[in-house]
Amino acid sequence: MEIVAAVTAGLLASIGVWLLLDRNLVRVVLGIVLLGNSINMAVLTAGRLDNRAAAFVSANGVPEFAGNPLPQALVLTAIVIGFSLFVFALAVLRRTWERHRSTATDRVTEVAEAPAPNLDEKTS
Amino acid sequence: MTSSPHLLLVAPLLLPLGTLVACLLTRASHRACAALSLLGAIGLMLVGLMLVVHAGRGDILVSQMGGWAAPYGITLVVDRLSAAMVAITGVIATATVLYAQARDSDPARGRDFHLLTHGLLVGVCGAFITGDVFNLYVWFEVLLVGSFALIALGGDKRRMAGTVVYVILNLIATLLFLLAAGLVYGSAGTLNMAELAALFAAGNVPPGVQAPLVLMLLAFSIKAALFPVFGWLPASYHVAWTPVSALFAGLLTKVGVYALIRLVTLLWPDAGLVHDVLLWVACATMLIGVLGAAAQTEVRRILSFHIVSQVGYMVLGLALATPLALAGAVFYLIHHIVVKANLFFIGGIAARMTGSERLPAMGGLYARAPWLALMFAIPALSLAGIPPLSGFWAKFVLVRAGLETGAWIAVGIALLTGIFTLLSMSKIWNEAFLKAHPQGADGHRKITGQAPAWWAAAGLAAITVAIGLGAGPVMDFATAAADQLASPRHYIDAVLGSGGR
Repeated sequence: MEIVAAVTAGLLASIGVWLLLDRNLVRVVLGIVLLGNSINMAVLTAGRLDNRAAAFVSANGVPEFAGNPLPQALVLTAIVIGFSLFVFALAVLRRTWERHRSTATDRVTEVAEAPAPNLDEKTS
Repeated sequence: MTSSPHLLLVAPLLLPLGTLVACLLTRASHRACAALSLLGAIGLMLVGLMLVVHAGRGDILVSQMGGWAAPYGITLVVDRLSAAMVAITGVIATATVLYAQARDSDPARGRDFHLLTHGLLVGVCGAFITGDVFNLYVWFEVLLVGSFALIALGGDKRRMAGTVVYVILNLIATLLFLLAAGLVYGSAGTLNMAELAALFAAGNVPPGVQAPLVLMLLAFSIKAALFPVFGWLPASYHVAWTPVSALFAGLLTKVGVYALIRLVTLLWPDAGLVHDVLLWVACATMLIGVLGAAAQTEVRRILSFHIVSQVGYMVLGLALATPLALAGAVFYLIHHIVVKANLFFIGGIAARMTGSERLPAMGGLYARAPWLALMFAIPALSLAGIPPLSGFWAKFVLVRAGLETGAWIAVGIALLTGIFTLLSMSKIWNEAFLKAHPQGADGHRKITGQAPAWWAAAGLAAITVAIGLGAGPVMDFATAAADQLASPRHYIDAVLGSGGR
């Protein structure tokens, strides 16, 4: 079971990295999402997947094959954070498109490297 | 061990969080929001100083969150280093919030700034006091979300371009950190730093834990902007609003440096392979950073490259791994945060007065604003390491530690970097202060309502002078902090109880 999950995580990560290396910002952001999800999967897998019973402690004691709840808690945290960051990245992407009318990484970063504009009253 | 003041330990988290909520509620009134923000920042500074007093007695303050004992729950740990970092965070927060009260063309920007700054401070303080690897990840994310919104504040074309670079590269760094934390748990079975350290100290290093730990060091190195992964910093810091870039310059890379110091001193207290690698990385960081600065002609871009170069000094102290070198690194951290934020402040004031931050378009400030020239000279000379300012003592201790361990090349590079730093600073001095303004006397702009900005810069300059003249007590504290770092046994005992698990 772990080997399937590990290979899937690796596959997702490689697709994510491939997208990250693209010159289009939309694909870069998608690459980060894929990379994030593959890492979530890796973290879950690191907690071992053999025991599948829900980890509920009842009056009868702990189930014999209780799954490891800790990585689940970690990944749940990471998913929530990752989702909010994805939404923020999309907002940045949209604003960048509005201001630059381009999503080419080179065109956008070139603007940050340009000499600083003179300060007028609006942009001090 | 005496009982820890639990409330004081959570105060660095609750105070900025409370201020954030208060600012959110008073968002309609700019003045109330700004006043509350300033109060909250001053409160954080006071809490930090109280922590310094408590931690200065030599105990490591520990609080188990929710009453769950150490390896199972999340532990907050404050030793001398953490306490000093929280205090200096409070100082910079106060100065930045004060600076942001200066009259600005866009009030909405100032209002959102206060909210987001306190959100960022929650994350920064959390990272300084947590004793749990995954919790550290969460605090990194908290400060990251705040910093994303802060750097995008205002959002013109140029700023969005810098934001894109900053967001993407920092997201990748935190993802690497998350992967590393998960894999450390997978092989060591614990995320508690003290328990990890105990495993390493007992000699039974879990198989397969080294690789994820190295990955974690890489993630911290990206955060700290070490060579060769510093590229995001000079590509983004210069586009942000002035108080934002000052806050980032002072605090953010230093969270990465702190995490490096914490992890390396806990897991590998004795010099070894990690320290050898870090030594070379530190040397390259110092030199490449300062050479990068030499090629720049804008105030904030020069200063951004100097952040990179200065981080190299701190990592040099960590890499040399003697108590004296660690003390130098701690002293350097304290001194650098104050000086660097102040240089960004003064750069911002100078840009407002001359109408540009491009050096060729600046000038004449020495004649027009001699006090500003003096205020620039203090942190600039301190950064370069001129006695008796704070930077001199920081560099002096590091160089001496380097000579004692026979790291001749590193000492040579550190001194060379100091000379280049002085050259860079004199470039800003000549161009912005001494030379006449290219448009003559008409080039200067009449600006009003800047008193808070001047107070913030003057306050930080005064602190720099005070650290320089009163270097003895600060260095004593740094030495004591380094002693705590050099013997992780105390940290482990304090967190796990003397029996361990």
